[in-house]
Amino acid sequence: MMRVLTWAYLAAAYAFVFLPVAVLVAFSFQDGRLPVPPFKGVTLDWYAKVLGNDDLVAALLNSLLVAVVSSVIALLLGFLAAHALARVRLPRSALMRGVLIAPMTVSYLIIALGLLSLFNMTGVRLSLWTAGIGHVVINLPLCFAITYAAMGDHQRNAERAARDLGAPEWKVLTLISAPMLSAPLAAAFFLSVTFSWDEFIIAFLLTRFDVTLPVEIWSMLKSGLSPATNAVGSLVFLVSVTLVILLELTVFRKRP
Amino acid sequence: MSLASRERRLAWALLAPALLWTAAFFLLPFVAMIALSFAHMEGREVVQGFDPDNYSRILTDPVIRGALWNSLQITVVVTVISVLLAYPLAAIIAFRVPARWQRLALLMAVLPFWTSYVVRSYSWLLVLGQNGVVNKALLGLGVIAEPLEIASTRAATVIGFVHFFVMLLTLTIYANLIQLSPNYSRAAQDLGASRWQTFTLVILPLTLPGVVTGAFLTFVLCIGDYITPQILGGNTELTLPQLIMLQLGRSGNFPLASALSVVLMAVVTLAYFLSIRWLRLDRV
Repeated sequence: MMRVLTWAYLAAAYAFVFLPVAVLVAFSFQDGRLPVPPFKGVTLDWYAKVLGNDDLVAALLNSLLVAVVSSVIALLLGFLAAHALARVRLPRSALMRGVLIAPMTVSYLIIALGLLSLFNMTGVRLSLWTAGIGHVVINLPLCFAITYAAMGDHQRNAERAARDLGAPEWKVLTLISAPMLSAPLAAAFFLSVTFSWDEFIIAFLLTRFDVTLPVEIWSMLKSGLSPATNAVGSLVFLVSVTLVILLELTVFRKRP
Repeated sequence: MSLASRERRLAWALLAPALLWTAAFFLLPFVAMIALSFAHMEGREVVQGFDPDNYSRILTDPVIRGALWNSLQITVVVTVISVLLAYPLAAIIAFRVPARWQRLALLMAVLPFWTSYVVRSYSWLLVLGQNGVVNKALLGLGVIAEPLEIASTRAATVIGFVHFFVMLLTLTIYANLIQLSPNYSRAAQDLGASRWQTFTLVILPLTLPGVVTGAFLTFVLCIGDYITPQILGGNTELTLPQLIMLQLGRSGNFPLASALSVVLMAVVTLAYFLSIRWLRLDRV
């Protein structure tokens, strides 16, 4: 009895979790103008239309650019800070950890609004770069926390040995610390990329003429339901899932 | 210069970029926002000053109070339902699924987590809408005679949120369960505890920090989200983020939007202090 209930629960949970995605993908092939039942047959027209849409392709490239650049910066800053805090006992280090983690506990909307006020006051023009600054703010705590949690005694000893042998700090960082932490660093980077490339509210409020993909999709939604939106959504899903599976196969496979 | 002080200097130098970035683009904007929340509008111009009018308006305006109340209700309901649904799912994957299939089972359970956030809400619209899959299926089966009105209601917002947060919480709770040594439950059962007692008296308390941390993240993300209520909830009842966005868009009322954000922030801070005993934010 208990066994049946267990597997029934599991099946129901999977059904619930996959229902919207299944509907999304299925109706991206709809041979008709509305992505709702009845299903009228299979066509790839919507994919052709979407891939031929210059605005969408430009937005996709913008998203990738912002995601990669902001993740590199967040990872670099987070890694250096984690290295410093894990290495030396500084006064008020708990406070500094708190400050670095703090953006994680604040709604993206508030971060976006704060930055928007700041940029307005200082006369900074909105662009992809201002959105990128916001994405670094939200991904820095993540990169810091992941790398900080991964630093252990084993690694500290190896770093100390390198220093004793006369290695300057940049060599310790690039030849010892970073390679030893390659798995958590990669995990932090890919997580940042997936969060940034899918992030809406910061990108929406902090960009003006060039926009990212979620903002472009948002403006598509305003014209109502269309299989074209399904096609874009399915493509985004495909890209994200490919990233996640690659991450799973490369980074996490190595863990004992 | 002694070795220790040189070490310390170097550590400060490595720490400085991250701290400066956080100070310049997180703390400073936050202070600017608080300052702006005490400004007021004259026509379309923002006039700086110390004017608590925005806050008294928040306390008295029925629309704003209603939005705050809606947000709180939705967030609490979503957080509770999500935890109740995610815990058994994480437990089944951690304890019932054979070890070699576990990572795959977990990966599959949270795969839609990686779809575009905007698109996910839109997908629920296709499922729950007037002509959506659920209505067509129920009509076809003869369960209902008239299509159910789910889209553009609070129910749709809650379903969309729960879908997302069940996946998030399954991840965090699973990570906690899998770290537990099986010895705890073995010891409890050796001492005569029933399965139910083992769960309520041993497993649950041990995983509480993970559950509370996940619930807190859910609370923060849910109460600050604009997309899901905007797409799924329609415009009949507003949430706080929708109200904030309205202030920004229609009237350009930055001061009121800032004051509303400060209130939102205060609610999150309150939730933080309520759950601080069990929070483990640096070990998410």
